[in-house]
Amino acid sequence: MNYLVTVAIFIGIQAIAANGLNVIVGYAGQISLGHAAFFGIGAYASALLTTKAGMTFWQALPFVLLITGSIGLLLGMPSLRLREDFLAVTTIGINFIVESIFQYIPFFGGALGISNIPSIRLFGTRLRGWPFLGVVAFFLLLSLLANRKFTKSCAGLACFAIREEETAAASMGVSPVRFKLLAFVIGTAMAGIAGALYAHTMRFIAATDFGFPHSVNFMSMVVLGGIGTLWGPTLGAIILGLLPEIFRPLIQYRMLINALILLLMIRFQPGGILGGSSVLARLFRRRPSHG
Amino acid sequence: MNMFIEQLLNGVAVGAIYALITLGLALVYGVLRILHVAHAAIYTAGAYVGLFVYRATGSIPLATLAAMAVCGVLGILIERAVYSPLLKYPPYVPLISSIAMFLGFQELFRLLAGPYIIAFNARLPLSDAFIGHVRISAPILIIYVTSTLVLIALWLLLYRTEIGLAIRATSQDRAIASTMGMDARSLISLTFFIGSAVAAIAGILVGMHYNQVYPTMGTVPAYKSLALIVVGGLGSLPGAVFASLLLGVLETLLIGYANVPLPRDSLAFIAMIAVLLWRPQGLFGRKGGR
Repeated sequence: MNYLVTVAIFIGIQAIAANGLNVIVGYAGQISLGHAAFFGIGAYASALLTTKAGMTFWQALPFVLLITGSIGLLLGMPSLRLREDFLAVTTIGINFIVESIFQYIPFFGGALGISNIPSIRLFGTRLRGWPFLGVVAFFLLLSLLANRKFTKSCAGLACFAIREEETAAASMGVSPVRFKLLAFVIGTAMAGIAGALYAHTMRFIAATDFGFPHSVNFMSMVVLGGIGTLWGPTLGAIILGLLPEIFRPLIQYRMLINALILLLMIRFQPGGILGGSSVLARLFRRRPSHG
Repeated sequence: MNMFIEQLLNGVAVGAIYALITLGLALVYGVLRILHVAHAAIYTAGAYVGLFVYRATGSIPLATLAAMAVCGVLGILIERAVYSPLLKYPPYVPLISSIAMFLGFQELFRLLAGPYIIAFNARLPLSDAFIGHVRISAPILIIYVTSTLVLIALWLLLYRTEIGLAIRATSQDRAIASTMGMDARSLISLTFFIGSAVAAIAGILVGMHYNQVYPTMGTVPAYKSLALIVVGGLGSLPGAVFASLLLGVLETLLIGYANVPLPRDSLAFIAMIAVLLWRPQGLFGRKGGR
């Protein structure tokens, strides 16, 4: 049972980050392959604030949001000048640079990482197992609600307009600058929360936990489930989280299977499982959810 | 001083290798507008095929030709089976498919050839050369000779033949090139064949130079060459070569002489972001040229 709870906790954490990525990629249409960097910035921010500044997880949380959100704002700037392919490569580059900063600057623990990160406490008790899963589920729900609200709000509509045709949107008075940056801030802040939860579950973090392969993993979740759909990233996180457990006897082939699934999905159903044109989406959708 | 010149020559050799890999990427980007991450998997495949054929036959030219042929066909297969059907989607779709293929191939190499480093002990027909007191080791000499020959051959092919003209026309505007009677499909496949064959040469050169071939040897080139084509200006061939040589020299000299706290491999990306902030179209890119 404990094992299942642990698996569920990791799936939940990754789903939160994937939901954040969905805001940037799915809603605002800005390709980002550096999402693990923000996951890492959240993890390191929370780990440092709790181990070095003596805060609790809850006291550190607003700062974590503030730090990841503002770095997200800063690193979202290139999206204003760069289009598609240039932006994709730039975000990959940001991921490599952030990872190497964690790895090579002693303040961030260097190659040893940060250990002894305190567990999350609520009303004086340490949260582990089921209660911790509850906290993760709470934040996951919050991220889903935020995404739902975002798609229904004016900001969401503006983002869809920019995604579909930026020049036309701009000429209608929709500022691409404001809404792209807004999407980056919201998306990276969600990655930050997920990273903080990750740091306090693992209680030990190192730079390699946040490398480029993890960004690919987040992107796979979003693509697999359905880019720009509300439930897609969560579904993607569940599938990609459960696969290694189901295929445990085939552990040698795990990465190959993951890569094949992603390749087949993007090759034959680029909209993902819940994407607009897929069979499942037509079955489950009673009314069009958006745009 | 001799030390400095040796470092410089080393840097140029590293840059030449980068150039061979990056050229294929720039060629592919030119005709398809796809960031071909899986190109680095082809490069790794080239190193493996070269290694195994060399072990079986003992002949480096034969190993190189075999690797070029296998990789060229692999490139065409990737283009036909995956990229071409995905062209109608936004660019992130082929990009993600490319990353998935890259990861899949790496796993395939690990499963087929084992996770360990295999030595590439090639007996070269050259010995170390001396210019004054500066020593140039045989593998580096091979890199110089081969990459110069490949670059000249590519230049002749692309700028002095009709096929080259057709490839360049296709990369400027596929629709117009097609209406002028050029067979875009075959030209694209040909471009993949050429780019992949050159990557195979790069794989063999790197395998011999460092005397090792391993499944993840493509990881660093995969992402670094992305940064390089961006710096050079997406799709610009002279830009790709120039950026590669520059990075090879800068990396080697910075690591040798300046105390840089960051690892060598993130320098490419820092340089890339700096260049992009200054010239968003890259060093050799045309403004608004897409």
